[in-house]
Amino acid sequence: MLDTKYKNDILTIKLKGEIDHNSASSLRTAIDSQINALRPKILELDFSGVGFMDSSGIGLIMGRYRSMGLIGGKIKVINVPENIGRIISLSGISALGVLK
Amino acid sequence: MNIINEMHLKFISKSTNEGFARSVVSTFILELDPTINEIADIKTAVSEAVTNSIVHGYKRESGMIYIDAKITQNKKVIIKIRDKGVGIENVEKAMEPLFTTSQQEERAGLGFTVMQSFMDNVKVKSAPNKGTTVTLEKQIISVR
Repeated sequence: MLDTKYKNDILTIKLKGEIDHNSASSLRTAIDSQINALRPKILELDFSGVGFMDSSGIGLIMGRYRSMGLIGGKIKVINVPENIGRIISLSGISALGVLK
Repeated sequence: MNIINEMHLKFISKSTNEGFARSVVSTFILELDPTINEIADIKTAVSEAVTNSIVHGYKRESGMIYIDAKITQNKKVIIKIRDKGVGIENVEKAMEPLFTTSQQEERAGLGFTVMQSFMDNVKVKSAPNKGTTVTLEKQIISVR
């Protein structure tokens, strides 16, 4: 279901559709299993294909920030569309240095 | 307040209904010709309130969630999201940014913050075992 790419220790995951409480739990499991299998240095979450996101998406990003921290890696949030940019800036996660 | 349209929705507290609820409300307000941002704001706020009812109001139990939406003549949208769940003991605390009671579920604790930022007015009425009613209001301006 996830569109993933792994190259030079960078795992890029392209998220699609709507991210809410309903979809976040399966996304969380799928992303974490990729992290554990590949142990990348950087996880890039690409939001270009996300049409809707509520605060469940913020929880998803913060949770993966922790997952990557546990294996000594970093997370980058890339290609944020305008419609979800507001919730991302409101959340204050930019202070974690995750936005590219 | 002159009401020109209204609708009532009742559905079970299943997380697949989060998308259904926000889509219905955003379709209902289309007659006001809202901008894409206004639609996104309302969809997000409704999603937060419905998710709160599912995750906190009913927890693992199943119950009904009610949405009553109204449109006024001066293009104001009033959306009431109601559950008959456990209720909130301390509404003020629940509304604090980053406060959450479900860390394991990776809730960010931003639900009410998002509602308050994206809507003009948010009212919460709740008491333990009496359920919770969240009223969201937004003036549609439709300036492009």
